[in-house]
Amino acid sequence: MSLNNILTNWSRYRKGAEEGGFHEYEHQWGMVVDLNKCIGCNACSVACYAENNLPVVGEKRCGKNQAMNWLRIERYWDEPDLEPYNATPSANIDAWIEGNPPAKKTELKPSMPSSYLPGLLEEGGQNFEQRVGFGGTKSEFQDFGASFLPMMCQQCHAATCEPVCPVAATYHTPDGLNAQVYNRCIGSRYCSNNCPYRLRYFNFWSYYEDAWPEPLHMQLNPDLSVRDKGVMEKCTFCIQRIRVAKDKAKMEDRKVIDGEFSTACVQTCPTGALVFGDMQNPDSQVSKLWSYHQVERGKTKQSKQNKELRGYRVLEGLNTDPSVLYLERVREV
Amino acid sequence: MKYVNEKDINEEIKWAQINTDILQSLQNPRKAYWIAIAVCLAMLSCAVVAEVYQYQTGLGVADLNRPHMWGLYIATFIFWIGMSHSGTLLSAILHIIHADWRKPIYRFAEAMTTFSLMTAGFFPMLHLGRMWNLYWVIPYVSDRGIWPNFRSPLVWDAFAITTYLTSSALFLFIGMIPDLAICRDNVTGWRKKLYTVLSLGWQGTDRQWRHFRKTYMLMACFLIPLAVSVHSIVSSDFAMSIMPGWHVTSFPPYFVAGALYSGCAAIITLFILLRYFFRLEEYMTVALMEKTCKLTFAIAMVWTYLNLVEFGATWYGHDPVAKEVLISKFVGPFAPYFWAMMFFGSVLPFALAFEKLRRHMPTMMIVSILLNVGMWLERWMIVGPTLSHAYAPEAWNFLWPSIVQWAIVFGSFGWFGLLFLIFVKVFPCVSMYEVKEMVFHRRREAHAEVAEKFHRRAADVQQATGRPSVEGA
Repeated sequence: MSLNNILTNWSRYRKGAEEGGFHEYEHQWGMVVDLNKCIGCNACSVACYAENNLPVVGEKRCGKNQAMNWLRIERYWDEPDLEPYNATPSANIDAWIEGNPPAKKTELKPSMPSSYLPGLLEEGGQNFEQRVGFGGTKSEFQDFGASFLPMMCQQCHAATCEPVCPVAATYHTPDGLNAQVYNRCIGSRYCSNNCPYRLRYFNFWSYYEDAWPEPLHMQLNPDLSVRDKGVMEKCTFCIQRIRVAKDKAKMEDRKVIDGEFSTACVQTCPTGALVFGDMQNPDSQVSKLWSYHQVERGKTKQSKQNKELRGYRVLEGLNTDPSVLYLERVREV
Repeated sequence: MKYVNEKDINEEIKWAQINTDILQSLQNPRKAYWIAIAVCLAMLSCAVVAEVYQYQTGLGVADLNRPHMWGLYIATFIFWIGMSHSGTLLSAILHIIHADWRKPIYRFAEAMTTFSLMTAGFFPMLHLGRMWNLYWVIPYVSDRGIWPNFRSPLVWDAFAITTYLTSSALFLFIGMIPDLAICRDNVTGWRKKLYTVLSLGWQGTDRQWRHFRKTYMLMACFLIPLAVSVHSIVSSDFAMSIMPGWHVTSFPPYFVAGALYSGCAAIITLFILLRYFFRLEEYMTVALMEKTCKLTFAIAMVWTYLNLVEFGATWYGHDPVAKEVLISKFVGPFAPYFWAMMFFGSVLPFALAFEKLRRHMPTMMIVSILLNVGMWLERWMIVGPTLSHAYAPEAWNFLWPSIVQWAIVFGSFGWFGLLFLIFVKVFPCVSMYEVKEMVFHRRREAHAEVAEKFHRRAADVQQATGRPSVEGA
C-alpha cells in the first residue's frame, strides 16, 4: 500500500465526513404504508422471513425479545377501558365487546401521555392513545380498536445508527439506503441502541445449525447470506432484488422502471397497503403519493396545510428523515 | 474540635524506620494473603467460565435482548473506568496543588487506577458480538483503505482508554523509581534482580532528582486533562446518542464527578485494609483518613448536585419522552435500584460529615463499600432504564440480567483484587521517599533549628568530601 493510496483514501474519508455522505443519489428508494389498507395479517412479515433468510428463533427466545422479525406489525389498542398491565386484559376486552363495559371508567389509570409518539400524534388526532399490545382474541380486529403499524427499517437519511458504529459497518449508499455490512460488523450493538424505532436486530445466537433443519435449508434464499452470531442486521429494502433490477437495467442500457420489481413485503401484501419505488423518479407511484400527501424529505416539520392529507412519518420530530411514509387510518367516530 | 491540631503523621519518625516499616510489607506473605489470592482466583474463574461459555454460544446467554443491547457489561465498564479516576486525583491534582497529605496514600490509589483500567478494558471487548474482530476499531493501515468510523464515541473510547492506561501505568512506574532503588538495596534473591532492572540505575544523585522531579511534574500535568477527558468521552457514549435519558448535556461533568466519587470511596476501603493488614497505622493515620473522607464528602455533594441538575433539567425541559424515562426510574421496575442508588449515593455520604463516624474504621469500611454499591447502581441506572423505556413502545420491557452477566461482573472484582494483591506484595504500597519528604517538611515547620541541624539540603556541600550531598535516596 503506497503512501499516496493512504493519503487519497484519507482525504476521501475526510471529505465524506464533512459533506455528510452522498449528495447525488443514483436512486432514493422509499416506501408508502397505507394504514387504511393494512389488515394486520402479517403476510409481509412472513414474506420477509422467507426472502431474507431470517431464522425462526423459537418460542422461548421470542419471549425474550430475541426474535429477528425485520418487518414487524406493531399492534396498539385504543380502548380507554383497558388497563394495560392487568392480568387478564383479553378477557376484559372480550366482555366489553359483548356489551359489558367495565363499571368504573373513572378509576382508570392514565394512559401513556399523548405526546408519546410525536410523529403519530401530530397527524393522528386524539384517538391515538397508544397501548402496548396483547392479543389472540377478538380484540385483534380493527373494528374493536386495534391499530396496526407495520414497521420495517425506515432507511433514515439522517440515520442515528450510522455515526455511532465504531467500524463504519453501517453506512449510507448512493441508493439512499441505510446499508449494513455484515462482514464488517463487530457487534458492539451501539446502532441498535441509538435507533429510536428499535428496528435493528442482533444475532444473539448461532442459527444456521438449527433454525433450518433438513430439508428446510433448501428454502434458503441463495441471493444473500445467512448471518452468524454476533452480527447486527435489519431490513435492507430487499437489496438483493434492487441489485438484480439495477444490473438488468444496466445490461439493457435503460433506467430502472417503476414497478419492475418490488420488495418481498410489498409483493406479498394482499391489500396493497405497501408501495415501494424510487423517489427520484417523479413518475413513480411512491413519488406521486409523497407529493400528493405533501410530505417532503429533509424536513422536521411538514408545511402542509390540508388536514385531510393523511401522510406522516414516524417520530418525524427527531429529524431522522425516514424514507417510509405512513398514511394514517381514517376511522368512524 | 478536639482533633483540630492532630498531626497528619508523626514527624519524629526516623527515616530508617520508614524504610523498615514499608519494606516489611514486602516480606513473605502470611496465610491470610494466600487465602485472599485463592478467593480472588475463584471469583475470576467464575468470570472465565462464563465468558468462555458466552464466547462459544453467543451473547444470547447473557439474556440480552432487542431493547437491552447493553447490560451490566457496559454499566460495570463505566464503574471500573470511574474507579480509576481518584488515583489521578490524589497523585496528580493534589501533587500540583502541593497538598502533601496525599503522600502516604497516593501510591496504592495510583495502582488502583491502573488496575481498574485493566479491569474496565475487558468489558467493551467481551460485550462485542464478534470479539475476534476487535482490532478493526484501531486505525491500522489496511490495504482496502478501510478506517474505523472516527465519528463514533466507541472509537474515542478505545483511544482514550488505551492512552489513559498507558500514561497512568507510566506515571505509577516513574513515581516508584526512587522507592524501587530503596527496595533494591534492601533485598536479596529474585527481588534484587527485579528491582535492579526496574529502578533504572537510580543512585539518588542531584541530577537524577532534578530530572525525576521534572518528569514527574510533566506527567502529572499531562495526566490531569487526560483523566477528565477519559470519563467525558465515556459519557459521550450516552450523551452523543439520541436516546431519552442518555442525551443529556450535563453528562460529562456528572460522569467525572461520579468517577472521582467511587474512586475516593474505593480508596477509603483499601486504605483501611492496608492499614490493618500491613500494620501501617503510623503512615495511614486517622488524620489522613479524615482528610480523605472530607474530600469524598465534597465530591459526593458535587455528584448529588449534578444528579439533581439532570433531574431538574429533564423535569422542566420540553422533552416528554425523557421525562417518561425519568418517571420510569422513579416508579418503574428499576425503582428499587434507583432509590437504593439515591440513598447510597446522596444520603449515606452524610456519615462522612460526622467526626465520630469518620474516625471509626469499621464503620468507614462498611460505608465506603456501600458508597461504591451505590455508584455501581448509578451506572446501571444510566444504562438500563433508557433501554427499557425509550421511544418505541413496541420494545418496552424490563430485563433482569442472566447469571452469565452477573458471573462476569462478579469475576471482574476478583481480577482487580488479584492484581492489587500481587502489587502490594511486589511493590511498596506506600511511597517511602515522599513520606520522608513529608516528615522532613513537617519537622522543619515544627522545629526549624533541629531540622537544619539534621538535614542538609541536596545542594549543600558535604563537609567530608567537598561534593554536593546525595542524601535522600
